[in-house]
Amino acid sequence: MSGPSDYQPSNPALQWIERRLPIIGLVHSSFVVYPTPRNLNYWWTFGAILSFMLGMQILTGVVLAMHYTPHADLAFKSVELIVRDVNFGWLLRNMHACGASMFFFAVYVHMLRGLYYGSYKEPREVLWILGVIIYLLMMATGFMGYVLPWGQMSFWGATVITNLFSAIPYVGESIVTLLWGGYSVGNPTLNRFFSLHYLLPFLIAGVVVLHVWALHVAGQNNPDGVEPKTEKDTVPFTPHATIKDGFGVACFLLLYAWFIFYMPNYLGDADNYIPANPGVTPPHIVPEWYYLPFYAILRSIPNKLAGVIGMFSAIIILCFLPWLDAAKTRSSKYRPLAKQFFWIFVAVCILLGYLGAQPPEGIYVIAGRVLTFCYFAYFLIVLPLLSRIETPRPVPNSISEAILAKSSKAVASVAVALVAAGALFLGNMQDARASEGNDKPPGNKWSFAGPFGKYDRGALQRGLKVYKEVCSSCHGLSFIAFRNLAEAGGPGYSVAQAAAFASDYKIKDGPNDAGDMFERPGRPADYFPSPFPNEQAARAANGGAAPPDLSLITKARSYGRGFPWFIFDFFTQYQEQGPDYVAAVLQGFEEKVPEGVTIPEGSYYNKYFPGHAIKMPKPLSDGQVTYDDGSPTTVAQYSKDVTTFLMWAAEPHMEARKRLGFQVFVFLIIFAFLMYFTKKKVWADSH
Amino acid sequence: MNPDASTIAAGAPIEVDLSPVAEGQDIKVFWRGKPIYISHRTKKQIEEARAVNVASLPDPQSDEARVKPGHEQWLVVIGICTHLGCIPIAHEGNYDGFFCPCHGSQYDSSGRIRQGPAPANLPVPPYQFVSDTKIQIG
Repeated sequence: MSGPSDYQPSNPALQWIERRLPIIGLVHSSFVVYPTPRNLNYWWTFGAILSFMLGMQILTGVVLAMHYTPHADLAFKSVELIVRDVNFGWLLRNMHACGASMFFFAVYVHMLRGLYYGSYKEPREVLWILGVIIYLLMMATGFMGYVLPWGQMSFWGATVITNLFSAIPYVGESIVTLLWGGYSVGNPTLNRFFSLHYLLPFLIAGVVVLHVWALHVAGQNNPDGVEPKTEKDTVPFTPHATIKDGFGVACFLLLYAWFIFYMPNYLGDADNYIPANPGVTPPHIVPEWYYLPFYAILRSIPNKLAGVIGMFSAIIILCFLPWLDAAKTRSSKYRPLAKQFFWIFVAVCILLGYLGAQPPEGIYVIAGRVLTFCYFAYFLIVLPLLSRIETPRPVPNSISEAILAKSSKAVASVAVALVAAGALFLGNMQDARASEGNDKPPGNKWSFAGPFGKYDRGALQRGLKVYKEVCSSCHGLSFIAFRNLAEAGGPGYSVAQAAAFASDYKIKDGPNDAGDMFERPGRPADYFPSPFPNEQAARAANGGAAPPDLSLITKARSYGRGFPWFIFDFFTQYQEQGPDYVAAVLQGFEEKVPEGVTIPEGSYYNKYFPGHAIKMPKPLSDGQVTYDDGSPTTVAQYSKDVTTFLMWAAEPHMEARKRLGFQVFVFLIIFAFLMYFTKKKVWADSH
Repeated sequence: MNPDASTIAAGAPIEVDLSPVAEGQDIKVFWRGKPIYISHRTKKQIEEARAVNVASLPDPQSDEARVKPGHEQWLVVIGICTHLGCIPIAHEGNYDGFFCPCHGSQYDSSGRIRQGPAPANLPVPPYQFVSDTKIQIG
């Protein structure tokens, strides 16, 4: 993209095209012969990783949109149907949802790299500002995408974020109405967010083209911050950078696949598996992890308008970075003070992210204010001051000179720091749930835990029996069809057995030719009928507390793991908070209420239920359900079986997910090794 | 992108019968997709609301200005926290009023902000008494 190309294809057909549209020459000059500095390290591969992620998000997103229904009454269900019924729908959804997090993770690394090596300095100001615009567009896209599943966090996140605009004096309220298309967040809001969520990625792609164009005009910065002078300082983009980026992407894919196949809900919020309800606010609203530092800034400023201004300025200030930092030396490698402040700044951002996930009270508020000050001080005080008082170390004359004097000790420590920081940052969501001083549910040994976990068929069949004989009198299971009972990875019934099971149920159908509704025996395609016709009926029949639908209960409930457990969970693949909680609640009923706890009339004491007062009476007692296979008929066994069954109900394709995950990992590891050795071979002469 | 005709039509005034709401109780109705709290306040709650020095409040407004004369026991407010739009919980917090679980704002028995990050009192929707036991919201 740096001017007209003198490239001439040898094929006559390509020559014909090239004379009319020099597109092959453009690609050739931009991505083949384009000179790239020899000393780039692996932090520079994140540009390629980001392009890859953008493509991935657009690709999976377009297919998901083919199956999604943007309507307030249908959106939640349509997402569940994607996961359950669409071929590899679970994979598409996990790729897209985890992909958003990975995209932001990569963009943060990319931005911090720019910050550390001074990539925003003359002549790359426009390049940097285009990057900030991309980041802002990404934030808008990510936010609107999070609204689409229409769960509780989607709805309340949308409410909180759109309400930010009401802080604007005079016109704020009208702007909010315009955003909503109504008097509150509702169906029109969901519709327009869907439209914009589909549009913005293409705008991002457009700005990315400008970003790359600006990059190829100014040339890449490099770790030493000296411009390439002779041909010895650069290598051609292909194959050198191409193969290095390929290896970077392969390594990044390993992390990405870890989330897709083993930890798909690690970065999400359990509340988002509860359908949106405008009448109930979740106790603790937290945005996605990638917004947490800015959310912390918003909350730490006590005035509403000032808080909103503070939050937006925290991003906008990046645009002015090229002029705030006037130091002549680009790379922090040669700036002893700037280097230290950079790492302090990284720590401030991570801590702000941690605070953003905490309830806004006590010490957290004060810490938030201090860190907010530090965040802005870095840009407004530290950087302008450093450029005046700091004496940088001598910068090498050329890139080749820098390579000869290369010391590589810093890289390892930087990598370690970043991995630790990343783990801390990524894990914030798990900590976000405020635990109200209740006992932590005890851990269980689940057959479905771990990378090779499988459902215990016997437990699924027994659990189905417990659900049918006990739970189903109050709780629905509306996302499960009878046909699911015969599907692979499920309770292991044959198609005939599932059909026989279905025919025991009476299903309402109609209207018939006479216009009347009628009842008929169930078919495999029917869904489990719910015990109550609607939520109000369920509420009225149960003393004001509607028994929740159990289809997703093991994913919709969780408990705070706390620091540092959520970090270990990432490595141990612990994903069983939901089942642990459900099993604990089923067994947590106690006759004797401990002192100091008052249980209202019509409620029961439960050790593990948040607040301890549960409306559901003790549902299970020993010997209540008979088992044919000789398993003990105890409450502990019932709880374990029915929880296993409900875990399958929430995640029917888990076995396929983990099986495919293993295959993907074997492939990716081999692929990454091949890329690495190819890269070594290609670069052998260049070092 | 402003609300379309059907959304506006669905936002027409609604009538609410107050006779089943006993003293000390409150009901929540939805109007224009927003929850409206209608509280039948006790003597104690009214006295508390009136005993406050209005000038000391973050958003000064007297209780008299927030209810209809002759119907002092009825408080009608939009149950949306003026901070960032969560729904406060009735009968919680230190002021016998509302408590917002999101960011900890507390409102008194007149729906006025007393503590926390919210900048303003819970708004009173437009409403009038059609009869002694019936109001029209909107």
